[in-house]
Amino acid sequence: MIPAAFDYVRASSAEEAISLIGQYGDEAKFLAGGHSLIPLMKLRLAQPTVLIDIGRVSDLSYIRDAGEHIAIGALTRHMDVENSSVLREHVPLLAHATSHVGDPQVRHRGTIGGSLAHADPASDLPATTLALGATYVVTGPNGSREVAAADFYQGYLTSTLAADEMLTEIRVPKMKGAGWSFQKFNRRAQDWAIVGVAAWRRGNESGVGLVNMSSVPVLATSVSAALASGASIDDAAAQAADEADPQADLNASVEYRQHLARVLTRRALTDASS
Amino acid sequence: MEITVTINGKAHTADVEPRQLLVQFIRETVGLTGTNIGCDTSSCGACSIHLDGEAVKSCTLLAVQADGHSVTTIEGMASADGTLHPMQQAFMENHGLQCGYCTPGMVMAATSLLKENPNPTEEEVRIGLEGNLCRCTGYHNIVQSVLACAKG
Repeated sequence: MIPAAFDYVRASSAEEAISLIGQYGDEAKFLAGGHSLIPLMKLRLAQPTVLIDIGRVSDLSYIRDAGEHIAIGALTRHMDVENSSVLREHVPLLAHATSHVGDPQVRHRGTIGGSLAHADPASDLPATTLALGATYVVTGPNGSREVAAADFYQGYLTSTLAADEMLTEIRVPKMKGAGWSFQKFNRRAQDWAIVGVAAWRRGNESGVGLVNMSSVPVLATSVSAALASGASIDDAAAQAADEADPQADLNASVEYRQHLARVLTRRALTDASS
Repeated sequence: MEITVTINGKAHTADVEPRQLLVQFIRETVGLTGTNIGCDTSSCGACSIHLDGEAVKSCTLLAVQADGHSVTTIEGMASADGTLHPMQQAFMENHGLQCGYCTPGMVMAATSLLKENPNPTEEEVRIGLEGNLCRCTGYHNIVQSVLACAKG
């Protein structure tokens, strides 16, 4: 399968990339690792007329300890997130969840910013960063703004990114010793999750993110509220699907997805509490 | 657009359309057909090659993305005198292939795996090769081949 024809330009810096997307507008797409975009283009589900290759913008590939949070450059590859000693120490849930993205070949190319900006609710990282209370830094022609992960996702493959903006950094609060777990249920190796759960817990505080349980990644706030008020794990997990609005597909009915969300949340919280 | 990609140590310069996939550049422009196309959707791993030493799926890269970079394909694994790469030798000795279609991709993925994890457990080999499918389902001997290569 061959993508439809497009023009190809390379950006050597974030500023140049933003200037180029401003110039080309809605018809252009950023190409980072390309592991979400190129398959869509080969299927002709996406047909941008211009690709702006940001894969060579090396100054957006970094993982830095910024005190209360870890700052991750948007073009940091999954393999580098997975193997980062800084993340394994301070945000182990993100490093671990990233090791479940695709397969090693995909993780050698795919980037954290590309995955988040693609805004696929079936991807592992949107729900994981949502559970962790991450903030995304978005840069446009007039400078940068911060967007909470909870405000970023607007609908299926849709985010608050404007046509002339680029996701440049992901800020993830340190987990400070919180227990955590990542549960991904699928039937075949390397598949997307039928349902996934990313969870952490520290005392009365917790965060539970659901993968593939709506048109956007879902924060299971009822679960965290129940835990904070002293509910048992079983009782809290029973509310896991309360904020969700799952779709039926070839893999699972709505009811089955809701069931999986409850079971996986119970397992995740048990794991995170042990 | 004119690009130059070094493949198995030799620089190849060609004028390509931006939409040309790297696997097409390797197979059709350069003529190295050891790299197979299987699913064409980045699932099966038959098209795995090394880009700057790491396994990637060449059906999901554009040739222009590899401009200025270094690629190794299955043809570049054996020595010039024909001596097989230790991973190829291990696949031969352990009957790690049946029809052989997935084998180039398996060898490229497995060598990349051992570079990152030189002494994997059997489970780590199985997880490390999750991006490569064998439709003969000959996984047992593929895993044994990789473990044998790791043991040297």
